Amino acid sequence: MHKPFAVEAISLNKHVTSSETTLTILDDLDLAVQHGERVAIVGRSGSGKSTLLGLLAGLDNPSSGKVLIDGTEISNLDEDGRAAVRGRKMGFVFQSFQLLPSLTALENVMLPLQLAGRDDARPLAEAALSRVGLEQRLSHYPKQLSGGEQQRVAIARAFAPGPSILFADEPTGNLDAATGQQIIELLFGLNAQAGTTLVLVTHDNALAARCQRRLLLSQGKLAEAADVAESAAS
Amino acid sequence: MMALSLAWRQFRSHWSAGDLRVLFLALVLAVTATTAVGFFTDRIDGALVRQGGMLLGADLLVSSGKPLPESYQQEAQRRQLSSTQTMEFPSMVVRGEHSQLAEIKAVDAEFPLRGELVISEQVAAVGVSDAARAADVIPSPGSVWVEPRLATLLDVKVGDLLEVGERQMPVSAILEREASRGGDMFSFAPRLMMNLADVPSTGLIQYGSRVKYQFLVAGDAEQIRQYSAWAQANAGKGERVQDVSAARPEIRSALEKARQFLGLSAMVGVILAIVAMFLASLPYVQRSLDTYALMRCFGASRKLIMQILLWQTFLTGLLGSLLGCLLGYLAQAGLASLAGSLFLETLPQPGWWPVLTGLLLGFLTMLAVVWPHLARLTDVPALRILRRDLGSIDRHHWLSFFPGIAVIAGMIYWHAGSFKLGSATILIFLALLLLIALMAWAGQHLLQRFSDGRGGVWKLGIAGLKRRPGMAVAQVAGFSLGLMALILLALVRGDLLNNWQASLPPDAPNRFIINIQPHQIEGVKAFFTNADIPNAEVFPMVRGRLIAVNDTPLDTSKYVDERARRLAEREFNLSWAADMQADNQMLEGRWWTSAEHGQPQLSLELDLADTLGLKLGDWLTYDIAGTQLKVEVTSIRKVEWDTMRANFFAVMPPGLLENFPASYITSFHLPLGNDQALNALVREYTNLTVIDVAALMEQVRGIMDKMTHAIEYVFVFSLFAGLAVLYAALVATREERVREATLLRVLGASRRQVVLAGLTEFACIGVLAALVATLAASALAWYVSAYILNIPYQFNLLLAILALISASLLVPFAAWLGMRGFLDQPPRQLLHSM
Repeated sequence: MHKPFAVEAISLNKHVTSSETTLTILDDLDLAVQHGERVAIVGRSGSGKSTLLGLLAGLDNPSSGKVLIDGTEISNLDEDGRAAVRGRKMGFVFQSFQLLPSLTALENVMLPLQLAGRDDARPLAEAALSRVGLEQRLSHYPKQLSGGEQQRVAIARAFAPGPSILFADEPTGNLDAATGQQIIELLFGLNAQAGTTLVLVTHDNALAARCQRRLLLSQGKLAEAADVAESAAS
Repeated sequence: MMALSLAWRQFRSHWSAGDLRVLFLALVLAVTATTAVGFFTDRIDGALVRQGGMLLGADLLVSSGKPLPESYQQEAQRRQLSSTQTMEFPSMVVRGEHSQLAEIKAVDAEFPLRGELVISEQVAAVGVSDAARAADVIPSPGSVWVEPRLATLLDVKVGDLLEVGERQMPVSAILEREASRGGDMFSFAPRLMMNLADVPSTGLIQYGSRVKYQFLVAGDAEQIRQYSAWAQANAGKGERVQDVSAARPEIRSALEKARQFLGLSAMVGVILAIVAMFLASLPYVQRSLDTYALMRCFGASRKLIMQILLWQTFLTGLLGSLLGCLLGYLAQAGLASLAGSLFLETLPQPGWWPVLTGLLLGFLTMLAVVWPHLARLTDVPALRILRRDLGSIDRHHWLSFFPGIAVIAGMIYWHAGSFKLGSATILIFLALLLLIALMAWAGQHLLQRFSDGRGGVWKLGIAGLKRRPGMAVAQVAGFSLGLMALILLALVRGDLLNNWQASLPPDAPNRFIINIQPHQIEGVKAFFTNADIPNAEVFPMVRGRLIAVNDTPLDTSKYVDERARRLAEREFNLSWAADMQADNQMLEGRWWTSAEHGQPQLSLELDLADTLGLKLGDWLTYDIAGTQLKVEVTSIRKVEWDTMRANFFAVMPPGLLENFPASYITSFHLPLGNDQALNALVREYTNLTVIDVAALMEQVRGIMDKMTHAIEYVFVFSLFAGLAVLYAALVATREERVREATLLRVLGASRRQVVLAGLTEFACIGVLAALVATLAASALAWYVSAYILNIPYQFNLLLAILALISASLLVPFAAWLGMRGFLDQPPRQLLHSM
């Protein structure tokens, strides 16, 4: 019996119905991501990359089809069931950082640990912030940090609970090239250390090129993208 | 515990981010206003009981025409209550050729148990002697104290001898003021006080003497309540138990109005604070959306989110209420010092009840006003993290406002203390909301029509109203209520309180003359002319006993209420008049026409009719000097007792009572220094009894003055709450407004254009709000003065115009202040922070 995939999508469909038309965003899509694999999903704006990420992470429900995490179907769970799976297994890094402005850097990193009921939330969060080089910024609020620093806090938050799968949505999208490069190094460095499965949605060729597999999402279907530069240019 | 810890963290971070501050401040204000007034009225109630005690000379009194059984004394001793006994009886007192009927009171060393006796060495030319002092003893055996009136009538001074029955006793002091003299003002002759030990030797108490034996008790409230219950249960025939609720109607009336004013002030503050909480909860909830979406994303269950939100509500409610209670307690100390020497003694300490009500209010308001909106955060989808358009709370189901409105309604009834005032306020509140919604809607439509076809920044500003129709109405409502509080404060300070005080003008009657015989009327009127006293009326008075209602003989024992029984048992002072007195108000039925003179009709005072259970259309039979007179109740009047004018519980039309033996009564204002003229009149007609109510009137006036300060002080809470509403309404849309302004600037709008667009929008909101607020505040002030407090009200046009203009400028100015900081920042910086 083979080991289940870290992330698996089977015949995944997502339609959006407006008053006049039905729009197909994902069309009978299949995907399998091995444990520890780094996968980049690329595609044009509006191709449905973020929708796919949302479905794989259990943030949304598919119109039909299945999503399995470690062999367990999550698409038939209710919102609380999916939240529990996310809490146990997933970490997130977003384009707009998604830090809570009313919490300090340390409190932001502690939040998922506290939600998981960890008593050692504080030392774990401090260690995570130290790993991203922000040990001097623990009590700073997001607005007191630069964009790059905010994304580093978000990365620390994503890795702190030790997730088996990390979902990243355009993690460098809001950053300049130099800062973006630093963030890429950090993200992949930590990912390699932790051996986390990484599912990445991006426009950034340099970022996609760091992944073992690059998949192009086009017209609701995924295809292996041999040359990312080519896909991005198309 | 995780939920609590997360909730606490959330509370702290929301606080430091400023999201919670307006909400929290409004909650604190609501609780502070309620508890401050609660603590204060609690203390006033305590003082009233004490003052009532001073009027009785005790906390409880048992009286009888026969010596009271020992059991009262034994029971008081058993309950460790302090007690004393007195005797009161009328008797002629003689000095040389002068003799005068006096009301003799014999007391023992313990008297009085409450209040004090004030004595002096000589009768003052005017009022109370400057040398008057509180006596720490009673008349020593063998000596008497006499009231100034008796001293004047008998022409005695301290040291002179008086014949009291078989004894000759020297006057050892002038009795200026006496605790226990608060009973029936019109029934007593001037006072002579003597030692109880001397009574047997005077030989005045014979078989058949009209003696009132009194047993007085004092102790703490609970002990007295228990003793009262025991005494009521064990009272024999003719024994009457009387507690301190029988305060003078003039003072009761003035304090009741003051309490209504205070309640109204606090109520306005609380309603405003609740509105501020509601307004502040909208951006608070909106800004919390991302937090809870993120929590959902990180694996928090709906149940956990619910727990966190409940804890957060609880923490906010608890901290806000505790702080509110503390501030309320401190604030009431200010109120109490403003009330100052309102009462003869310092105010008693307040009880704990206001703390409970404050906490209850705090939690209830959080649950009813904030929770329905906060609870919607449990439904925020985790996907909002990726799609920000999801889960926004821009529409509210009307049911989510229901608990808040229910709490406001409950608060109104509770604070108003009367169903009438409460219902009126609720109606006004609902009408105000409806009016605001209508005016905001109509105003928006008009403005949009006006702006059609016109370009420029004006249109942008007006379009702002259209983009946020719900918020525009909420903002107009918020501003209206805030402004209404400010205007109401100005009206109450300027008009209502002045009107109230004007109802007791400086020339209000300060003397009553009773027992005037028909042949003395001309003499009394001549005295008025000589003493330059205008408009003094002389009213006839016939004494009659109510013996049957609707032909059913009156059974006084059926009255459970002690006061009702007493009223039913005593003789009524019946009067007649062609016209209703100006300070009376017709509530039911109608006054008689001249064609109806002589018909068997009767107009009753409301309180009396209520107490005795009499109503319009009842036929009452009176026994007047052995003759029966049957009359129909054709009207019910409200009498303003605190105007100090002579008034009657029962009045009949002319032509019914003229043939019965009548005496006359008059009340008038005696200017300073005219006592000699009055004394001359009294010497000429020795049967006349003059009652000096100047002291009582001063007390009523003192209550008015001091309570006026107290009310203004409480209105400061409303002022703050009004400002909180204004601020909350302003910040409710600030985020959105800043985003729009930033985009406009990015698109090339100048700073001036952005400012003008914002000012136009707020000027529209300001004018609408000011209009509604001025109308509503004036209507409220008019209703309260005309129908609740029964004082005349005049619309203050100048204030209305001033309010309208200043509000129309104030709102856009405040908005500009709020926007200014953002306008100075470069758009890039703002875009980055959005």
